[in-house]
Amino acid sequence: MSALSLSEVSFSYIPGEPVIKDVSFSLESGRILALLGPNGSGKTTLLHLILGQLSPEKGKIEIFGREIRSYSRSELSKIIGLARQEERVAFEFTVLEYVLLGRAPYLGPLEAPGSEDYKMAVQALERTGTLHLQDRFLTSLSGGEKQLVIIARALAQMPGILLLDEPLAHLDLKNQSMLLEVLENLREQGVTIIFSTHDPNSTSIVADQVLLLRKGSSLQFGPPGDVLEKEKLQSTYGVPIRVLETEGERYVFPENGRRRKRVV
Amino acid sequence: MKDLASTQSKRIEVRSRVLLGKVALFALFVLLCTLLSLLVGRYPAPYVQSPQAIFSDPMALNLVVNYRLPRILLSLLLGATLSASGVVLQMIFRNPLVEPGFLGVSQGAAFGASLAIIFLGGSLLTTEIVAALFGILGLFLSVFLARRLRYGGWVLRLILAGIAVSALFSAGVGVLKYLADPLKQLPEITFWLLGGLWGSDWHQVIYVVPFVLPALFILYLIRWRLNILTLDESTAFSLGVRPGKEKMLVLALSVIPVAVMVSVAGIVGWVGLIIPHISRKLVGANSQFSFPASLFLGALFCLFCDTIARTLLWGEIPLGILTSLIGAFIFLLILTRPSSRGFV
Repeated sequence: MSALSLSEVSFSYIPGEPVIKDVSFSLESGRILALLGPNGSGKTTLLHLILGQLSPEKGKIEIFGREIRSYSRSELSKIIGLARQEERVAFEFTVLEYVLLGRAPYLGPLEAPGSEDYKMAVQALERTGTLHLQDRFLTSLSGGEKQLVIIARALAQMPGILLLDEPLAHLDLKNQSMLLEVLENLREQGVTIIFSTHDPNSTSIVADQVLLLRKGSSLQFGPPGDVLEKEKLQSTYGVPIRVLETEGERYVFPENGRRRKRVV
Repeated sequence: MKDLASTQSKRIEVRSRVLLGKVALFALFVLLCTLLSLLVGRYPAPYVQSPQAIFSDPMALNLVVNYRLPRILLSLLLGATLSASGVVLQMIFRNPLVEPGFLGVSQGAAFGASLAIIFLGGSLLTTEIVAALFGILGLFLSVFLARRLRYGGWVLRLILAGIAVSALFSAGVGVLKYLADPLKQLPEITFWLLGGLWGSDWHQVIYVVPFVLPALFILYLIRWRLNILTLDESTAFSLGVRPGKEKMLVLALSVIPVAVMVSVAGIVGWVGLIIPHISRKLVGANSQFSFPASLFLGALFCLFCDTIARTLLWGEIPLGILTSLIGAFIFLLILTRPSSRGFV
């Protein structure tokens, strides 16, 4: 079943200057989709459209076969979770208190979390391998740990679709590998994941599908092997690019200055 | 996995009960201090009296029932309102240094009170009503102006608008002071600006309760949800909340009672800044516990300061001076303690 499908979706903040232009694709349930493109290509805007925070000017978004507008706010918050890397937390919440906020869609306005919610929060922490951090302050965590806890908060919503905004930015190799492993485990558990990134290499490791975006237009949608091609990436990023293939996976590097000089 | 979740869940429940116990302890302490403060005053003799001394003297009993008790209740409501509003505003503005006077409310009320003292005869009730109206006007002007600013995000715009509106009203208070009769009106304005609960009686309690208690009660009921309003707008949205609308509702619920209390008590500073911070130190940042802790500790702080204000000297010490003095002292103590993590 298709978890998410977009048909000819367009959106603009200023009339006449679209930031998303006629984007169409369909994603099966339990798959990982990478939204790949340079800064300002419309990745975050597309995530906000899928979240329902922005409404498309044109086109249609369907979540599990139903148009997004037919869902109530509360229904949608039980289906789609969002984890942003840039999330700023102003107060000293413990990891557990923070993850419990993910139970909000299941609680009435006057309710506070109870024992069932505690269980769900503990399970969400387990799924991301961060249960041992539960009593630490969120502000005291490393970048990688914080990112995993933010994902745990979104998982506490029990979403079928998880949106991640630049989850790999600013993470070192160890943390990147930890995060990618968690994403793969979640895929096995049937969660559909959509993450934005400007780094083509992370897409080739973990994504099943890649949507290549440039200035709001979709250049290509398909498996990483088809999308990560030299010409397409060069035209997307506007710099000379080298693509290496090893063990069936493709890796992308910018041509560095010295090499370019030698070629010239 | 399920077993682990159940064990952990029990552990969390126990910890929640401990925090709830702490809050209940604060409430009990407020009750005890309230009863004790009924016995503290300048009549029939200075400082603490035995209940017998009060019950045996009809004049003392009259004074305690008709003047001391309503004043104590007002000081409790004042402290609870300022601190509750402090917690809420700090959370929705995601800034631990915000306090209830921020959005033009205090300066608006000060302008209203000065206006009433000079041009409307300055009777107590008129001053209070005009001050409350101008306090609420200050809030509305700040929100109105923030919607028209073309700079920064919503929170920054509200704070900038609040500063501008406060500055305008503060200039207005300056002009009114200049126009005031220096022998009669000017001392009255100055005394009002210093803040205090002298001359309180049951009329004032009846006047503030319909505004203050329902608002505090609703905020108490939605206290856990306040946590969500500290998150980024898109994250809060993804959790099923409409952050813009809920923040405006919570803002009104926390600022309108402040305007009403300020109209009775004048400008009483520092309570709304310092008490939420102490509460977070004692019970953590989660507003499920830090909100009620602030309510009770704020009430306790104002009760303590006002008891000193009415008892220590023959004359009245303005409450605002005491809360600022003690508040600033606690502020410095927290910041200079070696284990302090500052205002995060």
